[in-house]
Amino acid sequence: MTLDTKSFAEVVNTILAKYENDAAMLVGILQDIQSELNYLPRECLVMVSEGLDIPLSRVYSVSTFFKAFSLKPRGRHSLHVCMGTACHVRGAEKVLDKLQTELCLCAGETSPDMKFTLETVNCVGACALGPVVVVDGEYAGQVTTDKVKSILEGCK
Amino acid sequence: MDIEEKTLKRLNSPQELEALRQELQRASSAKSKTITICCGTGCLAYGGAKVAQGFKDEIKARGLENEIEVKTTGCHGFCERGPLVVIRPENVLYQRVKPTDIGEIVDTVKDGNIVDRLLYTIPGTKTKVAHEHDVPFYKKQMRLVFGANGYIDPTSIEDYIGCGGYTALAKTLYSMTPDEVISEVKKSGLRGRGGGGFATGAKWQSTQEAHGDTKYVICNCDEGDPGAFMDRSLMEGNPHAILEGMVIAAFAVGAHEGYIYIRNEYPVAVKHAERAIAQAEAMGLLGRNILGSGFDFTVKINRGGGAFVCGESTALMASLEGRVGEPRAKYIHTSERGLWDQPTVLNNVETLANVPLIINKGSQWYSGIGTANSKGTKIFSLVGKVNNTGLIEVPMGITLREIIYDIGGGIPKNKKFKAIQTGGPSGGCLPESRLDMPVDFDELTRAGSMMGSGAMIVMDEDNCMVDIARYFLSFLEGESCGKCVPCREGLKRMRQILDRIISGRGEDGDIELLEDLSETLTWGALCGLGSGAANPIMSTLRYFRDEYESHIREKRCPAGVCKPLITYNIVEANCPNCTLCIKACPAGAITGRGKKVPVVLDQSKCTKCGACFDVCRLNAVEVR
Repeated sequence: MTLDTKSFAEVVNTILAKYENDAAMLVGILQDIQSELNYLPRECLVMVSEGLDIPLSRVYSVSTFFKAFSLKPRGRHSLHVCMGTACHVRGAEKVLDKLQTELCLCAGETSPDMKFTLETVNCVGACALGPVVVVDGEYAGQVTTDKVKSILEGCK
Repeated sequence: MDIEEKTLKRLNSPQELEALRQELQRASSAKSKTITICCGTGCLAYGGAKVAQGFKDEIKARGLENEIEVKTTGCHGFCERGPLVVIRPENVLYQRVKPTDIGEIVDTVKDGNIVDRLLYTIPGTKTKVAHEHDVPFYKKQMRLVFGANGYIDPTSIEDYIGCGGYTALAKTLYSMTPDEVISEVKKSGLRGRGGGGFATGAKWQSTQEAHGDTKYVICNCDEGDPGAFMDRSLMEGNPHAILEGMVIAAFAVGAHEGYIYIRNEYPVAVKHAERAIAQAEAMGLLGRNILGSGFDFTVKINRGGGAFVCGESTALMASLEGRVGEPRAKYIHTSERGLWDQPTVLNNVETLANVPLIINKGSQWYSGIGTANSKGTKIFSLVGKVNNTGLIEVPMGITLREIIYDIGGGIPKNKKFKAIQTGGPSGGCLPESRLDMPVDFDELTRAGSMMGSGAMIVMDEDNCMVDIARYFLSFLEGESCGKCVPCREGLKRMRQILDRIISGRGEDGDIELLEDLSETLTWGALCGLGSGAANPIMSTLRYFRDEYESHIREKRCPAGVCKPLITYNIVEANCPNCTLCIKACPAGAITGRGKKVPVVLDQSKCTKCGACFDVCRLNAVEVR
């Protein structure tokens, strides 16, 4: 479904109502909007600012401060490479390099066909499995450079 | 509230709670066996969910529901060998279980035999270990806080109550005064497990004594420390223990509202905490008039936005208020003016999970465990280059050597131990000479590291300590909120110097400059993120200065990690031209010369990605 501005309003209003338009719940509100739309469109941020009666600058400052938020649309498949210490000592950097090479993307970018978004995350709390790549919410553990291709092929 | 929560019966007194517990225990003893399947994140990644469903289907298909109980539990800790299945009450541990093994296991549960091939084998020997408590990984542990994880279904409040859950709450509400609770926690010697190591009882007392109409209790489950996942596993595996700790804290300080601040990256923890809150409210163990005592306490969940700085109490509270997570100077403690300027107790997940134990078993029992100034046990995440990775709970005072070699099983692939990093990005790296040091808050600080949240990352000879120091700096640079100059500018400058050293452009004087900047950060930064940021540099300089000097003076990375200073080479004597490396090389730098003739690596084309090194099973690719 393609979401137009009208449905953006529906999404935002439902979420604002759930939190009773409480400005203290701004982080949670933005998280819910992002989990519905996959990113935070500008129109939604404006609606949130109006709905909560807080300056747009505050909504922007929060949505750019926290790494979990994206102001740009993200691809159908999200690849999060864990860069935590445990993953780092077991070669996460090499795995990220390989993914970047295979996808022709830098960390933080989305492919032009909107298929993949490659991101790094500081720790996903699965340190015993390092290096970890989270593919669409599923954890792939003990990833090595030679497993990267099969991970990408698994994303249909 | 879903259907199950609606059917839960409200409890109005400790007697009703006790009667329910006895009823639950009777019902559970009617089933002679329990199959527990670990569904922690580690085991799930190895296919734990399919194994769990397989067992449920098999038991149903054989009509054994009344005899054998199948239970999905939280993390058992031994993540390295997942999916884990334990048959109780005998505690037979099966590791790396696949759905195809299920039929055989169920057969043996019925007839009392053991499936030998699924047992844990002690590495380097052929000795198989049948019982969980005999596996070396578990043998030296003292699983007081974490142990229940392996026994209870985290989505079932009945399971928690059946195991003695909420007795500490009943005892607190009906036979103790707030002062007595605080005094008991003080006498226990419990110190905050989140990093600071501040005395929990003293923190509660200053909140209790602070003036304010409303007081708050916050549970910090943000756990931004890379390498640590015990808070995640506790919240996922035993959320009621944390809720119970929160209500006791609230009663002690006089708070009626609380928050659990959970990382959004921990969706299962969020789900289980939400469910636990709904169940506890339905049963009168949370919310209004708890257990008929007249005490009210409600808990809400707030999801973090993925900012490491929110581990700082003041930043976390700013984020909870819907603002940017920037810390403030703590001239006035948060116990006096915290969330919305009201007195607030902020405790970490593990700290709160210790509280019911202390109330139940008494401060004297608790303070008998540990060292002079560090009491009780600590959960560590033992990860990195160690054979048995996972979560361990050990008494304070155990040595690093016991942790790494006895519990962790030593270093894989016969490599040499180099360092252990403790305490996360604000901690430090300790060398082999410190392995016999007892682990507690003070000893770690004296050695130049810290307890922090309890991450322990083991490194072997293939890890470069300059690279590790740079890793932490670049992590902290990215996580710095930028509010104070020493942190914002100092970290950036230090990372630039390390980048230069790593790329072979290091100069004499760089080490001294790093030391100067470290001192400025330690004394000048606004919050713990900045003031602790110098620790990884200082500790690596203290113990591994020669590695810095090799990088700067000889332009050489002894561990073979720093790309600009290394080359990959073919060891001709070992290379039979199996072509694996040729297929793996993305740059076309490796070519074959014919059957059984070693391959050739063209250095001008090599991007040093290491793909050839990773795929070669014959040690025919070396790093120099």
